[in-house]
Order: sequence, then structure tokens, then C-alpha cells
Amino acid sequence: MENNLITEDKQKNKLEKAFEILKTMASKPSGLIGLTIVLFHVVLALTSPYIAPYDYKAISPNTMLLAPSAEHWFGTDSLGRDVFTRTILGGRTALTVTFFGSLIALLWGGLLGIFCGLVGGKIDDVVMRVVDAFLSIPWILAMLLIVSLLGTSTEVLIPALGFFYGKGIVRVARAATHDVIAKDFIVSARARGHSNMSIIWNEIIPNVRDAILVEGAMRWSWMLLGFSSLSFLGFGVSPPTPDWGLMISNARGLMSFAYWSVIAPIVGLSSLIIGINLTADAFAKALGIDRSTKAPV
Amino acid sequence: MLLLILKRIGLGLITLFIVSLITFVGVEVLPGDACTTYLEREAYGTALDACIKRLGLDIPAYERYLDWASNVVRGDFGYSLSGEMPINEVLGPRVKNSLVLASVSILIGIPLAIVLGIITALWRDKLPDIMISTITIFSMTIPEFISATLLILIVAIWLGWLPGIVIIPSDATFYELLSNIILPVVAISMIMTAHMARMVRSSVIQVMASDYVQMAILKGVPYWKMVFRHVLPNALLPAINVVALTIAWLLGGVVVTEVVFNYPGLGRLVIESISNRDLPVVQALAIILASIYVGINLIADLMTLMLNPRLKSLQIRK
Amino acid sequence: MNEIIESVKNLSIGFNSQKGKQISILRNVSTNIKKGETVGIVGESGSGKSTLALAMMGYIKQGLFPLKGECLFKSEDLLKMSSRQLEKIRGRKIAMIPQNAGQALTPNLKIGYQIDEALRLHTDLNKTERDKKISELLNKVRLPSPETMAFRYPHELSGGQQQRVAVAMALAGKPDLLLLDEPTTGLDVTTQAHVLELLRFIAKDTGTSMIYVSHDLGAIAQVSDRIVVMYAGEIVLEGPARKILKEPIHPYTYGLLKSIPKLSLAGLPASMPGSQPQPGSINEGCSFYDRCNLATDNCKKNSPDLEHIKELDTNVRCFNYKELINQNNNLQTSITKKSNNSEANEVLKLKDVSISYAKQKFFDQLLNKISDQNPTVKDINIDIKKGETIALVGESGSGKSTILKSIAGLLKTKDGQIKFENDRILSSDLKMRNPNDLRAIQLIFQNPDESLNPNHTVEQILSQPLKLYFNLSGEELKKNIIDLLKKVRLGEFYMSRYPRQLSGGEKQRVAVARAFAAKPDIILCDEVTSALDVSVQAAVLNLLQQLKEDLGTTYVFVSHDLAVVRAISDRVAVLYQGRLCEIGPSQNVYKFPSHPYTEVLLGAVLEPDPDIKPKLVAEDIVEEKPPEKGCSFQGRCPRKIGDICNSEVPPWQIGENGNAIRCHINIEELASLQQ
Repeated sequence: MENNLITEDKQKNKLEKAFEILKTMASKPSGLIGLTIVLFHVVLALTSPYIAPYDYKAISPNTMLLAPSAEHWFGTDSLGRDVFTRTILGGRTALTVTFFGSLIALLWGGLLGIFCGLVGGKIDDVVMRVVDAFLSIPWILAMLLIVSLLGTSTEVLIPALGFFYGKGIVRVARAATHDVIAKDFIVSARARGHSNMSIIWNEIIPNVRDAILVEGAMRWSWMLLGFSSLSFLGFGVSPPTPDWGLMISNARGLMSFAYWSVIAPIVGLSSLIIGINLTADAFAKALGIDRSTKAPV
Repeated sequence: MLLLILKRIGLGLITLFIVSLITFVGVEVLPGDACTTYLEREAYGTALDACIKRLGLDIPAYERYLDWASNVVRGDFGYSLSGEMPINEVLGPRVKNSLVLASVSILIGIPLAIVLGIITALWRDKLPDIMISTITIFSMTIPEFISATLLILIVAIWLGWLPGIVIIPSDATFYELLSNIILPVVAISMIMTAHMARMVRSSVIQVMASDYVQMAILKGVPYWKMVFRHVLPNALLPAINVVALTIAWLLGGVVVTEVVFNYPGLGRLVIESISNRDLPVVQALAIILASIYVGINLIADLMTLMLNPRLKSLQIRK
Repeated sequence: MNEIIESVKNLSIGFNSQKGKQISILRNVSTNIKKGETVGIVGESGSGKSTLALAMMGYIKQGLFPLKGECLFKSEDLLKMSSRQLEKIRGRKIAMIPQNAGQALTPNLKIGYQIDEALRLHTDLNKTERDKKISELLNKVRLPSPETMAFRYPHELSGGQQQRVAVAMALAGKPDLLLLDEPTTGLDVTTQAHVLELLRFIAKDTGTSMIYVSHDLGAIAQVSDRIVVMYAGEIVLEGPARKILKEPIHPYTYGLLKSIPKLSLAGLPASMPGSQPQPGSINEGCSFYDRCNLATDNCKKNSPDLEHIKELDTNVRCFNYKELINQNNNLQTSITKKSNNSEANEVLKLKDVSISYAKQKFFDQLLNKISDQNPTVKDINIDIKKGETIALVGESGSGKSTILKSIAGLLKTKDGQIKFENDRILSSDLKMRNPNDLRAIQLIFQNPDESLNPNHTVEQILSQPLKLYFNLSGEELKKNIIDLLKKVRLGEFYMSRYPRQLSGGEKQRVAVARAFAAKPDIILCDEVTSALDVSVQAAVLNLLQQLKEDLGTTYVFVSHDLAVVRAISDRVAVLYQGRLCEIGPSQNVYKFPSHPYTEVLLGAVLEPDPDIKPKLVAEDIVEEKPPEKGCSFQGRCPRKIGDICNSEVPPWQIGENGNAIRCHINIEELASLQQ
């Protein structure tokens, strides 16, 4: 009974802490804007299938390349599809794929990083060398190769993106673990004779968690950038599923006389990336971490 | 000191070796071999046999790797399936074009980033900082293909100032090349400059808060003298490595930008070879791009070693 | 001589809090600096002393701003000057010697350039004259080989040398006023005494006025003509140095002086309750009200003004100062501690212990052997009795903390044995020790900021050992935690606090509580008071002594501070370069005859008494490695007798008081030499 009370108390504390962090994030205009944008996109992604006015894949030769009007707010594209419908639906795949991709990246990157930081020595050297080697292959080349050989299904994209964007997290998690492990409270726990697992769980993870989470938030925005680049190049979402990167790529050739079909997805994608970025920035600041000194690798 | 340099170079070579293993094994592990992948449905009979013979797929994998690796070391990347010619001939002009694009972007981007970073740091939280920082946040978050598309839409289509698509005749003079690459250079350097400027900013701010800068002020050193002698050398030193990582990361952005502008560089070759499923070329590209990455980082490491007084004095003592 | 060069008038400096409130960290400060005078400004961390010193150069740290008042340098207000005007004054009229020269010298510029820069800015000398001047200055601050020194980078010098360079740089502009911000803090005891000696010489030699800011009354006492005592942003006492130190008439100063451990005094210093209030937390009344034992209701409501007392030439901010006049004799008292039973059993034995930091070579690793002929720590033999406090004393690099880590099992020994209770050998590998042995030996660290997990509440911190060793949970766990907190005089409500919500002293109490949670037999204390303010230090020392007397714990106490060691320890072991020099009961180690190194250390101690001057008997050279053979102190020994010191390890000699000294000089001869 008593124990129950304590855990409940702790949970409440955690909720309060999360709320506190949200409040700090929203206290600055940039953080508030970021949070609002991300929230807007998430709500849009959840509700868009129900509010979309047209069928996103309905091709109609009669309505090709119409300028924005009351009927078609953002006009139509070269196949006569409603651009508004396709724009509000266009973030769904990107958001889902990159969100789960980031989770995978966080998980394997964070765990491997903490492991390397802990064991140090030869094993650490070897692992970091291999991670470095993976880093030195441009992500786009590797991703393109994987996608072209294995296909563009989400089952391929999520783990592949997760793997390639997790490399950077390994470094951050390792560095954070290195910093923490030299601190006296770890020495103290070791001298007391706590088991390694207990030290990792109680002493190390709470102190590297923030840095890794911030890194994960950052990776999310970069992964979104990477994913839409893939779509743009024709290696991401396959048509006719609406996707911003793909829409921009398709409408690009015609933009000299149908600019609207490019502008709408550009605004959609840019606002989401900026929103996530501002949020990640505010998140880092609320946790007291300076992220501007980090390279985007 | 010399030992340190040799060690860094050695580490770079080890990294490249691992990269070559990864690419080779990666291609081996993926379903199908180079020939079936390339020929797809026509992968039977004489065409397949010829292809297998050409690539030497009939000998064991490790021998093939050794063969391939020793050829790469000698500068021979093998044979392109789609181009039906040695890869070196495919690569030559592409490398040149990409090199021009990248070096112009870097030459403009780095000084600009340093200046912007210093301005934003010295006028921290004042109007110049707020304005520049807002712009940098926008330009570092928007993907290259969007900024490139917008640039074409606004500058090339609406204003009609510059060509939207790059057409370079093989005998183009440097000047012709230059006017053609303005837009791609802007698209690439925008994101790179923004990243580096933010990095420089925070580094300068950190140094400005140090004890030795306070000491210089209390010694009566005039402001700008203090900035140039006491702040910048110490602030830019740690920035070198991060700048190198940023540049290397942007190789991916170069690929996209080249596609948008239809620029005949290495980046477009990446897309072409992958669309054509020309695995030997893909392997060659992986090694080349990885070498560029390792090379840039090596240069940054060596520069840091040269400029850091702590390491310089090591040399003197020895 | 009575000309005033700088005068501060009603100066208040503050910042805006996050809630938009204006909070002052300096309140209504007024003082005058006369020509040729050295003024000591003393106060604990957060008292505003550094802010005051910087304001006297017209420098206000970022985030702070002046609220009112002025800083007049030769009747011009520095706070109203443009940066152009200030550049002409800083370095030329007023120069600064910073706290940590290692960080205050620009790392990418050579020493010579940095001094040359000051010369170029503030003198009209040409290149050759400046070069000459640079070697002159380096010579003046007694740096070896000034010619080559100019071409070195700051990181190539030792801490003491860096500090000397900073002094040379400050002297370059021939200033009228020198500002010294904790110039010797962080240096080794002997180096500190040397630097201080140099500063005193310079003050005499050049006739410059000096403002010496420090938390250390010992250092202040050595240099100051006049002393200003600061507390919570206010001046609480100001007057001639001798008067302030011998007859302090402000209760804070009185308490502060009593809480400093002194070499001349056995026993523990009296402690002051509580800690300094945070800026902005005082709304009304005297800022010292909470900690004062003279306080009355009047003090709670009204804040006293700085009152000038003519006959004492002193300013004091207290309603009840009269009660302290002629109380000076009480300053020389201390709390006597119960001495331990010398018949007790040995609880821990170090036998021939050697520890090496050298990396193992590959083949030795295979054979699991460390081959190092000259290990960092060598031949340590100490028997520790149950219930005693044994102190390991030495400067940085003496190996004292290394030995502590080995006892705790954190560092493997190269040779020798560590025996626990009834001669049972403790494995030098932590993982091989049994849980009960781990429980029996606990550690307390120097800096509680680092030794407490910032993400845990006090409850979580204290429950770790209780869960691990005693498997407690639920109600029982909670009860034990509350008991522990009570033992270290902290209330129950501390359980839900995070370390960042505690003051330095409170954090260290939590660390002490965590060590005692294991019900240990031995507690290893690694410089446990050196990160604390003086008044808090005394309280922690008293707490440790109290707990020991109640629970019969044994302490191994590592410290660089001889006065602290004198106060707390029963026995002292003096270490130099990882070798024992002297060991014995503390009252005897502090008496002669002693090992020449102990003599050097004792001579360098700064007492808060202007009549006790340090004796500098050896150079403050930094040695990076122990000598290959012979006596460990051969390089710096003022009593070296010849080749035998370089070639042979000196024998142990036991004096009549029972302290053992390791020296080639006969112990009786040593005694007569040191008389």
C-alpha cells in the first residue's frame, strides 16, 4: 500500500516535470511557435482523411492545372487532382515513417552509445571506428541503394532510416556517458559495490537521458529532411500516395505556369521541418543543453 | 608530432578500408548479384554469361574483393555496365564538375559563415543577431530541393535573371561554367553557411565569457584588438572540426541539388547509376565520396594540430 | 600618505530576476582606498567581494548593472566612463591580478607577447626597450630564466609560475592601484606562501596601493593594513587589520575567526549555525540575524547602519557590538575532542603498499604484472586503530588521494597488502571483495556537487546504500532515512529536495549521511571540507567528530590543509611524492623535530594573525615525478646533507614523542637545527 503510494507519487512527479518542461518551452515565442506548428501537423495528419474534400487519387482530364479557386482552394495538378486534398494528406507517411524511424534510431544509437561509453578501451575503439566508417558513406548513397534493391515499403524505410540516423546518436550518447562516468557519484556507487546494471539504470541513464532525447528530437527533423529528399528523388513514397516531396518533384517541371502545385507542398513540408526544429531547440534549452555546437552528422 | 600526424592518417586509411568492406559486403548480401540486378528480366543465357565473365563473378568473393581493392588502390575502379566503358572515363568529367560546384560553395560559405557567426556573437541578442539568427534557422532547416526549387521559380522563372537548368557544353570555359552554377552554389551554401555560422556563434560566445577575455578587458586592450587577438584564434580552433563534419555531411545535399538543376556532377551520377542498377559504379562512388569525407576530416584534424599551441609546444620540446 | 585614490560611494549592484524583480548583490557599499595602503576585502563565496573589486575597475559582469552610487578613481566616476576612457585607465592606473592565472592567460599567445601587449598599450617604450623590460619584469617576479620564459605558452608553466606571470603583466603598466582577486587560491600551500611573499615585497618596493580580495583570512592577515569584511553584499566591519583580527567587534567576524582552525590550537574550531542568505532573500532586519547569538528583536525588524567608532578607528554594522569589545581572549579557544583509546585494536593495515599509474605493457598484461620501478606511491606502511582519525597530509601530487582510492578498492595496488580486521587481506579488486567488506569501508568526496547524483532526490540518494546493504523498503526505509537526516542535523522535509536545491554545506551533510547509512567501520574522507566556506567547514568538522564519538567510526582523512588536519586528527602521516616522510600522533608531528618537508609545510601555513609570519625555507619548485632513488624530498630539501640523500632511501627514526621520521639526519641533530 505504502509502496503504491510512493510510485503514484513518482508518476505524478514525472507528469509534473513533463508539464514543467512544456511550460518552459512555450514561454519563449520561438518555442511556442514550434509547438503550435507541430501540434497542428499532428492533428492534421490524424484528421485529414475525414476532412479531405476530394479523392486524392481521382484523375480527371477536365480539371487539369486549374488555378486556385473556391472549388479547388490550392488549384489542381497536371492529372487534375485537387492540390488541397493532396497537401493535407501529404504529411501522413512522412510523419509516421520518420517518427518510428527516430524511435529506432534513439533506441539502438542510445544503447550502443552508452555501452561504448561504459566499456571504453579496445571494444569502444573498434565500435567507434566502424560507426565512423558508416558515417563516411554519404547517407543518401546508402539509402538509395537499399531502397532501390529492397523497395520503398515502410517496412524497409523505417529500419533503414532508423539505422542511418542512429549513428550520430551513438556519438552523443557515448560522449555523455563518458562525461558522467568520471563523476564522483558513479565512483561512489562503484565503491559501495552496486552491480553494473544498477549503476547503469540508476546513475547513468537518468543523467544521459536528456542529451539523448534532445539528439533524438533533432534527428527527427533531419530524418524528415532526408525522407522527403528521397521522395523527391523518386525513391520514397510510391505514387499515387500523396507525399510532399513527391508532389514537389512532379509539379516542378510545370511550375512556370502552375506554381500553385509546387507552393502548397513546399509550405507544408517547410513548416513541419521548421516546427520540429524550433521545438527541438526549445526542448534542448528547457533541459539546459546547448545544441548549437553540434555538427549535423 | 609527426607520429600524431601519421596516426591520424593511419586511422583515416583504416576507416576507408572498413568502408570498402562495407560496400563490398553490402552488395554481396543484398539479393541478387551485380549482373542479375543490372539485367533484371534479361538475366539469362549469353547476356548473363558475358556479364558474369566481365565482372569476374565466377571466382570466389574474397578473391574478387582483393582484386577489386588492389585495382582501386591503383586508381582503376572497374567497368561500368550501363555506360559500357571503364568507370574512370565516366567519372572524369563528373568529378571535375562537382569539384567546381563544391569548392566554390565552400569558398563562399566558410568566410561568410565566420563573419555572420562573429557578428551574431558580438551583438548577441541585439537586432543584428536576432535578424541573422532567424534567417539561419530558416535556411538550415529547409531542404535543399525546396530552396533550389524556390530559387528556380523566383530567380529563373519569375525574374528571368539566370538559367534555371544548367547546360554545360563539354568545352565550357570557366566563366561560362561560373554563370551557370550561381544558383546551385547559392542553394548548397545556404544550408552549409547557416550550420557553420551557428557553430561559430556559440563558440565565440563561449570564449567571450572566459576568464582570459575578462582579463584582456581589464588589461585595457581595445575592443577590436581583443576580439582579433584573444577571442577569434581560440574560438575558431574548435570550430574547424565541426565545420569539416558539416561539409562532409552536405555531400548528400549536393546530390539533391545537382538533380534539381540537372547538373552533370557526381551527385547525378549517383542517381543515374542507382536507377540503372549499375552496382560497380555505385561501389566506386561510395569509395570516392567516403574518401572525400575522410580527407576533409583529416585536413581539419591536421589544421587543429598545427594551430593548437598545446600541441605545437610538444613539437618544440621534442 | 593620506591621499585617497579610489573611493566607492553608496554603491549598489544588482540583477533582474526571472520574475522581473530587482535583486541587489551589493548593497550601499562605501569605502576609501588610500595611497600606498593595502586593503583586504574578506568574505565567503556570494558575499559580493569580487563584484565590488571588479566595479572598482569600472567593470560590471554581464547580467549585472549598477543600481546606484559611484566608484571614484581620482574623483572621476569609473561607472560613467566610456570604454575608450576605461581602456586608458585599466592596466595603466589600476591593474588586476586574477584568481586563476591558468585560465586568465590567453592560451594561444606566448607569455612574452601578453606582457608586451600591456607595455605597448600603457608605455611609450620602443621594441628593444620593451624586450628589456619584459625580462626585467619576469626577473622581478622571480621566474627562472626570464629569456626563455617569454617564448613559452601559458599551459607550459606551473600554477605558481602562471600566477607570477600575471603579476608581471599587472606591473607592466606601473599602476597606482593593484587589484588582487583571490590571487593565491588554488595554489599549493608552499607556492601560496611564496606568491604572497612576492606580493608583499612588491607593495613595499613600488609603493602601489593594493586591494586584496580573498575568502582566506590567513592570506589577508599577511598583507593587509586595513580589512573590510563583507557579508551578504554589505560591509559589516571595516578597520585596521590588527584590530579586526585580534578584537573583532562584529559577531560575524568574531564567529568567522573562531571557526578557522589554527595550527597553534589543538581541538576543533567553534562553528556558526546556518549559512549566508541568498541575494534577494533578506527583506528586513539585519542580514546576519539568523546566525547571530547576540540578536535581539530589534535586529529582526531594523537593519543596522555602518557606524563609525572613533576610538577604535573602525566601522561596524551591528546594534550590539559593545558586547564584543574586550572579548578577544575567547578567540583562542576551541572545542576539545575526546581522544581515542590508544589500546584499541588495529582495524586496517597497509603493508608495503605501492601503486602505479603507469600503463601496463602488453607482455606484462599477459602475465598480469605491472613493471614499474618507480611507482607513484611506494612503501606505504600504516596501521590504523579502531576509532582513531588518521590524516594523510601533503601537497598536490603527494599520492594521498591515490592511497585512499586503493583502500576503497578503486585502484589496484602494484605490491603490498591491505589488511582489514584480524589481518584478513582485502582484495585490491573491488569486484572480488565481499559485500560486507564493501559496506564496512565508505567514501566521502571533496565536492558534493559531483558526488551526489543531480537527478536523484535526497531520499533516493540515501536509500541506495540502505537498499543495497540492508534490503530495507517501505516504511522502514523511510524511517531510516529520516534518522540519518536527523543525525546530520537536517530536517525530514529535505527528503524530496534535489541536490541543486541545497547549499554547499547541506549537500556535504547529505554525502556524510550517505556514508553513515552503511553503518561503516571506516570512512575515507577525501578533502571533504576544502570545497566549503570556512564557517560551514567548521560545522562539518564538528559533525564528523560528533558522529565518530557516538558511533566509534574510524576516519582516514585526506587533506592539504595542515590546520584542518590539526583540528580533526589523532594521528598524522606526511607524504611527499607518494612516499611517507613522517608519521606520528598529531600533537607531536606539529612539534619539532620534524622531517624537513613537514618543516617546510608548517612554515608555509598562513595563520589569521598578523604576528605569525610564514617561514619560507624551501623553493616552491614543482616536481613531476618522484626521484628514482634516494630520499623523495631530495630535490627541494633545505637541509640536504649530500650524496647520501640522492642515493639511499633514508631510514626511519623514532623520536622521543613517538613520531617516526624518515631522514638521513640524526633526529637529535634535526631537533637542534630546527630550534
